[in-house]
Amino acid sequence: MLAALRVTRSRENSMPEIMAGDPETLLVRVAQRRDHDAFKELFSHYGPRIKSLIIRGGANAAQAEDLVQDVMMVVWRKAHLFAPERGSASAWIFTIARNTRIDRLRRGAAQVFEDVHEMDLVSDKEGSDDEVAARQRATLIGEAVDNLPKDQRQIIELAFGQDMSQTEIGAVLSLPLGTVKSRMRLAYSKLRSRLEELK
Amino acid sequence: MKNCHHLEESTILRYASGDLDHAFSVVVASHVAMCDQCREAVRIAEEIGGHVLDEIESAEMYAGAFERLMDKLCDAPKGEQDAARMIKQKPRDLDSVVPMPLRRFIGSSLDDVAWKRVAPGVLKHDILAADETSSPLYMLKIAAGKTVPEHGHGGAEMTLILSGAYRDDLGRFAAGDIADLDENLEHQPKVEPDAPCICLVATEGPTLFKGFFSRLLQPLVGI
Repeated sequence: MLAALRVTRSRENSMPEIMAGDPETLLVRVAQRRDHDAFKELFSHYGPRIKSLIIRGGANAAQAEDLVQDVMMVVWRKAHLFAPERGSASAWIFTIARNTRIDRLRRGAAQVFEDVHEMDLVSDKEGSDDEVAARQRATLIGEAVDNLPKDQRQIIELAFGQDMSQTEIGAVLSLPLGTVKSRMRLAYSKLRSRLEELK
Repeated sequence: MKNCHHLEESTILRYASGDLDHAFSVVVASHVAMCDQCREAVRIAEEIGGHVLDEIESAEMYAGAFERLMDKLCDAPKGEQDAARMIKQKPRDLDSVVPMPLRRFIGSSLDDVAWKRVAPGVLKHDILAADETSSPLYMLKIAAGKTVPEHGHGGAEMTLILSGAYRDDLGRFAAGDIADLDENLEHQPKVEPDAPCICLVATEGPTLFKGFFSRLLQPLVGI
């Protein structure tokens, strides 16, 4: 077990939660050694979060529980396709949760996302990226999201955390679609420029 | 591939958060597969998703959830895992002009597409019909030199150029470029004279037949 202890704070819940070993290392252990302990750690960290994500997206608890099982099964089976030099474990698991949900709505529809991920793995364009850089970037993006103006951060959280479409976000916040789009655009540009600054 | 026309930022976020329907996801994924810059942009957007997942308030899992999963994993046929493992090594036909996400639908050559003529100088191939979960997705092959009358761009329509090129006020759109236009824009696209232009198009369901490429089909449906 690596010495590093990662402390993750949940915004609403001030109890710190401690995961032994960082999730990237745990995933690599699952990929390389089919390590049950590592997988259990990942399950106890991500399972409740994925469940929450799915419930916020409109599912009931039983459906969400069921979907978590599907998502984590994919994590187990495809752990070898996780590329730590490309991005964080959380981002990768987020995409699996997204793809599982899309496939639930329309069987096979998430294949296009997997094709792109696969392309990414064989592309040599960004071979210079390394794991440290990818983690730094993930941290920066997280900080940048937290530092967005409230109106922009809210839209990001509704889109990614509550699975709302642009139209739904507009309805919930009583905003015209154009405003939702422009706030999204602003938020994203801000993240990009923050990343550029540190290059 | 170096492209000049890329995805709009809000589209990248919609794609990464899973907000685009199947037809639009295929068009975006096909562009992203052809465009290093947008692939990088999508990865950043997916990091946002990872961050939101990390920060979300947890929901309590049912007792024994992990054990149930491990039982299922032990029962699963071994072959499935091996099949997944193959993917990384399998050599892909990376030279094909058909991006991988589209290859699932039409194969790896543009020569094998079954076209049907829908208007003078316009051939169409339907890929996905519109239904309750998706907008229609189709390909068009527009004759070399054909000009489309000037028109507005009312509904959401996304067009990825696969072969050939056209020009309009926004510039030249060639293979790999995507027209991801939000504004009500007047333009008059003209296919370049040396070759037909083949493109992949998704049109938003409720506002069918408002965009440029679907406009080409209007004589057929009599609107």
